[in-house]
Amino acid sequence: MNYRITHRTTYAYSSRVVVSHHAARLRPRDTETQRCLEFSLSFDPEPDLLTEHTDSFGNLVSCFSVQKLHKHFEVISRSLVSLMPVLQPDPLQTPPWESVAAMFRDPVAVDLLDPCQFVFGSPLLIHEMPLRDFALPSFSKGRPVLAATADLCRRIYREFVFDPKATTISTPLNEVLEKKRGVCQDFAHLAIASLRAMGLPARYISGYLRTHPPAGKPRLQGVDASHAWASCFVPGFGWVDFDPTNNCFTSLDHIAVAIGRDFSDVSPVRGIITGGGRHTVGVGVDVEPVAS
Amino acid sequence: MSRLDGPETRGHYDELRDASGKVRPHYEPVIADLQRRDTAGVKRLADTTRRLLAERGVTFNIYDDKGLDTPWKMDPVPFVISAREWEGIEKALIQRATLLNAILNDSYGPQQLIRDGSMPAALVLGQPAYLRPCHGIKLPNAKPLQVYGADLARSPDGQWWVISDRTQIPTGSGYALENRLITSRLLPDVFRDARVRRLAGFFRQMQQSLAALAPRPVEEPRVVLLTPGPYNETYFEQAYLARYLGYTLVEGEDLTVRDDRVYLKTLNGLEPVDVILRRVDDDFCDPLELRNDSMLGVPGLVRAVRAGNVSLGNALGSGLAEAPAMMAFLPGLCRKLLGSELLMPSVATWWCGQERPRGEVEKNLDRLVIKSAFRVRGREACFGGRLTGAERAALAERMRFAPDRWAAQEKIAFSTAPVWEDGHLVHKPVSIRVYLVATKDGYMVMPGALTRVAASMDSPLVSMQKGGTSKDTWVLSEGPVENVTLLSTTSTPVELRRTGHNLGSRVANHLYWLGRYAERAESSARLLRSTLLRCSPESGMSETPLLLPLLEALKSLTVLDDVPDAASLASQQEQLEARLLEAVFDANHPTSIRSSVAHIQRIGVLLRDRISIDTWRVISQLGDALDAYDNTPSVTPMSDALNVLTRIILELASFHGLAKENMTRAQGWMFLDMGHRIERTVYICELLRAGLRSADAENPSLLEAILEVGDSTITYRNRYSLLPQLAAVYDLLMLDEQNPRGLRFQFERIRQQFEHLPHELNSALLTPAMRVFLENSTRLQLCDPTELARVEPGAWSQTQVARLLTQLIEAMPVLNDALTAGYFAHSTISSSDDAPADTPSS
Repeated sequence: MNYRITHRTTYAYSSRVVVSHHAARLRPRDTETQRCLEFSLSFDPEPDLLTEHTDSFGNLVSCFSVQKLHKHFEVISRSLVSLMPVLQPDPLQTPPWESVAAMFRDPVAVDLLDPCQFVFGSPLLIHEMPLRDFALPSFSKGRPVLAATADLCRRIYREFVFDPKATTISTPLNEVLEKKRGVCQDFAHLAIASLRAMGLPARYISGYLRTHPPAGKPRLQGVDASHAWASCFVPGFGWVDFDPTNNCFTSLDHIAVAIGRDFSDVSPVRGIITGGGRHTVGVGVDVEPVAS
Repeated sequence: MSRLDGPETRGHYDELRDASGKVRPHYEPVIADLQRRDTAGVKRLADTTRRLLAERGVTFNIYDDKGLDTPWKMDPVPFVISAREWEGIEKALIQRATLLNAILNDSYGPQQLIRDGSMPAALVLGQPAYLRPCHGIKLPNAKPLQVYGADLARSPDGQWWVISDRTQIPTGSGYALENRLITSRLLPDVFRDARVRRLAGFFRQMQQSLAALAPRPVEEPRVVLLTPGPYNETYFEQAYLARYLGYTLVEGEDLTVRDDRVYLKTLNGLEPVDVILRRVDDDFCDPLELRNDSMLGVPGLVRAVRAGNVSLGNALGSGLAEAPAMMAFLPGLCRKLLGSELLMPSVATWWCGQERPRGEVEKNLDRLVIKSAFRVRGREACFGGRLTGAERAALAERMRFAPDRWAAQEKIAFSTAPVWEDGHLVHKPVSIRVYLVATKDGYMVMPGALTRVAASMDSPLVSMQKGGTSKDTWVLSEGPVENVTLLSTTSTPVELRRTGHNLGSRVANHLYWLGRYAERAESSARLLRSTLLRCSPESGMSETPLLLPLLEALKSLTVLDDVPDAASLASQQEQLEARLLEAVFDANHPTSIRSSVAHIQRIGVLLRDRISIDTWRVISQLGDALDAYDNTPSVTPMSDALNVLTRIILELASFHGLAKENMTRAQGWMFLDMGHRIERTVYICELLRAGLRSADAENPSLLEAILEVGDSTITYRNRYSLLPQLAAVYDLLMLDEQNPRGLRFQFERIRQQFEHLPHELNSALLTPAMRVFLENSTRLQLCDPTELARVEPGAWSQTQVARLLTQLIEAMPVLNDALTAGYFAHSTISSSDDAPADTPSS
C-alpha cells in the first residue's frame, strides 16, 4: 500500500515576528514494514537557516529559522510512503506480563537497553498510582503481555468518549482519567502510562491515519489529520503498535512518523517566536492512497 | 571574652577542641583574638557584621516568601581548617570532580557504563536530568563539568564525608567571597597572622578557564552570566559574581540565536557571545529543544551548542551526575574509570531500584533519610524515624510502586563549631561547601568554602533556606600567603579602553526608568512639601488661593485625583490634608511617594550588577523614612510628613550625586540622565503652566512658591533681590541655560545625550526620537520671554508661552515612545506546539 502525504502547517501572527525558530519531526520513519520513498519540505517564506539531525529516538529533526520580519509562515512536508502488512504475534503466545516486567528491573540486559528507556516516567507522564489501579483489571496473574495490552486497549476504547472539546494539549492524565473523555493523544498517553505503571516499556508514535470516506462518497482532501497511538514491547518479537482510539493493532492504515516517550518528544512542528503578538496555527493533512 | 563553653556536644566531633578539652592548634589564633576582646567586644563584631551585610546589600531570596531580599546571615567567628587537613580534602575532591566529569562524558557519549553494568541503566535513561537532545554533542575540551561544588560534613570519628554533589549549578561561591571580605575587615590582625589562604586566585582561574572555552579564536572572548532573574534564590550572588568576574549579567531575553550563533542584543546591535556561565537550570535553557514552557531560556541554544558555536559552564545536562542515587555507585565507578579507590566516601547511600538495598532500607527506615533518587525540584527529604505508622506504610507503598525513584541515606551527626549567639559562644552543627573549577589539565580547589550552620543542635538540615547562618572558612597555609588580585597580571600590556562592553537594551531600559522614577519621586516630594507647608494650620489658610495652582500641578502630574475649587477649599481642608498624606504614604496609590520609591527599589534590584555599592546603599535605604508609617496615614501629623519628604529629597539628591560622580559618561549614564531630564521637563512644564493659568499668576507669593518648588529661590535672589516678578521668574525657569532646574538646561542635556547614542549605521536620516526632540527644542529656543511683560494681567493662559508649555508636555510621551521603539524593543517570546488534531474512528 502506498500513500502520498501532504502535511501543511500555517502560522499567522497578529504583528510582525522578528525571528522564529522551529523544530519539526515530519519525515515518516523507515521500519520493518514501512519505507519512506520520497520526502521534501517547502517553506513560505524561505527560512534563513535549515539543518537536520537525528534525535536519540532515531527521528529526523529538521530545524529552520526565519530571521527576517514576517507575519506568516508555512511549512509543507510531502512524502511518499510504502506500507507492507504488519505481522502480529499471537497475543496468547506472548510471555506472561510479570516476566516481561522483571526483565526491566535492574540489572537490565544490554540488548534490552533500547526498550528500557521507555519504561521510566517521561516529561508528560510521571508514574502515578491511580494509573496502576486503572490498569490492574487487564493484568491478571500470568496473562500474556500482548493479551493484557489488547484488553487495556479495548477498555480505553469502550470506557472513554472521543471528545475534542474535553481536553487540551496540556490536560494532565489524571483529569482524562476522571472525565473519561479525550482525543487520540490522551488515549495513547493513557495506554502508555498504564503499561509503565505495571513496569512495562511503552512508547508513543505520532503519524497519520488513512480515513475511509463514507460509502459512495468521494475522498475529500485535507480532512485527514495527524494521529497518535502507542506501542508495547514483546520480548523475542519487538514493538507492537496498537491504537486505543480505534481499538486495533496498526497495519495498512497507520503511517508512523516519529517515535518517543510521549508527545513532548515527537511534536510534529514546535515553534518559538520572538515578537508576533497573538498567533494562530493551522494544520492540514492529506493522506492519499496511490497505486504502487 | 569570658566564656567558651556551650551546651554539651557529646556524639559530635568538636571542631574547636580535642578529646582532652584543649583548643586545637589551628583554632588558637582565632580564639586568642576573641579572648582579647570582652563580651561587649565580640558583640560589637556581630553587630558590625550585620551592619556591613546590610550596607553591602547582601541578600538571598527565600522561596514561598513574598519578601525579596532576605538579609544574608553570617557569624563573625570563622570556621578554621588546618593546612594538612585541607591537603587531603583537596586531593579527594579533585579526584571526585574528575570522576563525575568522566561519568558525564560517558552518559552523553558511548554509555559504556550502563552497557557493562557498572551503573544501573535507570541512572542515565530514567533520570529526568538526562537531556536526550544533548546526547552525542561533542564538547571541544571534554569538560562538561567546569565548576563543581561538594557539600562535606565530618562524622564523630573525625572522617569527612561528601553529603551531596552539585554538578549543575554550584551556588554559593559568591557568598563565600562576600563573607571573606567581611571577616578580613573585622579581624584584620588575626587574618594576617594566621596565614589564611586567599580566594582571588580561584576566581582568576575561573576567568581563565571560562575564557579558554571560547570557540572563536579571539583575544577577549565575550563571557556572559545567564541568570533566571531577580526572583531566583541567589540573584544577589549572580549579580555580585558577574560584577566581580567582569561578565555581563543577562537574562534569556537578552540573548538571541541567529545562524546557530548566540548574540547579545545591545544598543549597537547584536554582539557575539562565546561562553555562557549559566545559573538557569538545565532543562529551562532552550524552549525549542528542552522544556518548551520555559520563559528563562534562549530558543535555539541547544543548536548553537551542537554546532560548536558557544560553550556553556556547566554543559547542558550536567545535572545528571548530582543524583543522590549516583553516590551508591561511585566507589565501583572510581575503580573502573580512574583505577583508584575513592579517597573520600560519600554518605552511605542505598538506591531502592535494586532489590537487596530496598529490603535493607525498608528494614532500617527508622535511622535513614529517605529522598528522591534523582534531584527533583521542590522534593524534600524525610526522616524515617519521624514518620507515623500510617505515613510509613504510605511511603513503603510508593517506594514499591516506583522503586527506582527512591534512595535512602544514613544520617550523619555533623561536627560542631563555635558560633556567637546571644552573648556567648555555642556549639552548632556545620557543613561546608567546597568549590572546584576546571583547569587545563585537571581541577583547582578554592582554598576556602561556604560554611553553613544549622539553626539548632537537633536540626537535621543545614540550610540557609531553613533559618541557618553562614561562616567564612579559613584554610590555613604553612608557608607565606600569595597575594592575588583579580585584575590581570599577565605581562602583555592591556589595551586601553574608554568604554565598557556595549549596553544591553534591557539594561538601558531599566536605567532610563530608574532616572525617570528617581526624578518623579523627587519632584513630587518637592511639590508635596511646598503644598503641605502652605496648608498647615499655622499658615492660617491665608494663602489658600495660592494653594490652588500647586494643587493643579499635582493633579496634572496625577499625584492628586481631584482638586476642590477655590470656594470650597477652606471647608474641605481636612479631606485635602488626608488626600495629600495619601499621596505620600499610600502604597495603593500608584503615584504616591511610597509607590515611586518601590519602583526605584525594584529597578535597583534589576540593576544590581550595574550600580556601585554606595548607590545601591542609598537606593535600599530610600524607603527607610517611610517605614515608620503605614498606608493609612490619617493619624500622621503634618510635621512628620514634612520630615519624611525632606529626608527623601536629600536621599535622592545623594543618589543623583553618586550617579553623577560614579558613572562614566557611557551609554548607561546617558539613559539614566535622559530619563531624569525627560521627567523633569514634564514636571517643570506642569508647574509653570499651573502658575500661568492661575488668576493670581502675578502674585509674588505664588511666584515665590514656584521658585521654591523649582529649587531656584536662591538663584533668583542672587540675581534680582526684589519681590519675584513674573517675567523674571519664567525666564529663570524656562529659558536660562545655566539653571539646572530650568527647561532649557534639560533640553541641552538631552541633546548632548542624543549625540552620543548609537544611530542606524550609514544613515543620514534622523531617528524618530531625534525628530521629536529637535522640533520641540527649537520651539523653546525661539520662545520670546519679553512677550510675558506685555500681556494683560489675567490673560496669561492665552500667551504663546503657555501654549508652548502645553506642546512640550504633549511631546514628552511621544519622545518616550520613540526611544522605546528605537532602543529598548526586545519583544516577548512565545511558543507553540501543534497537537495532533484527530481522526475519530470511522
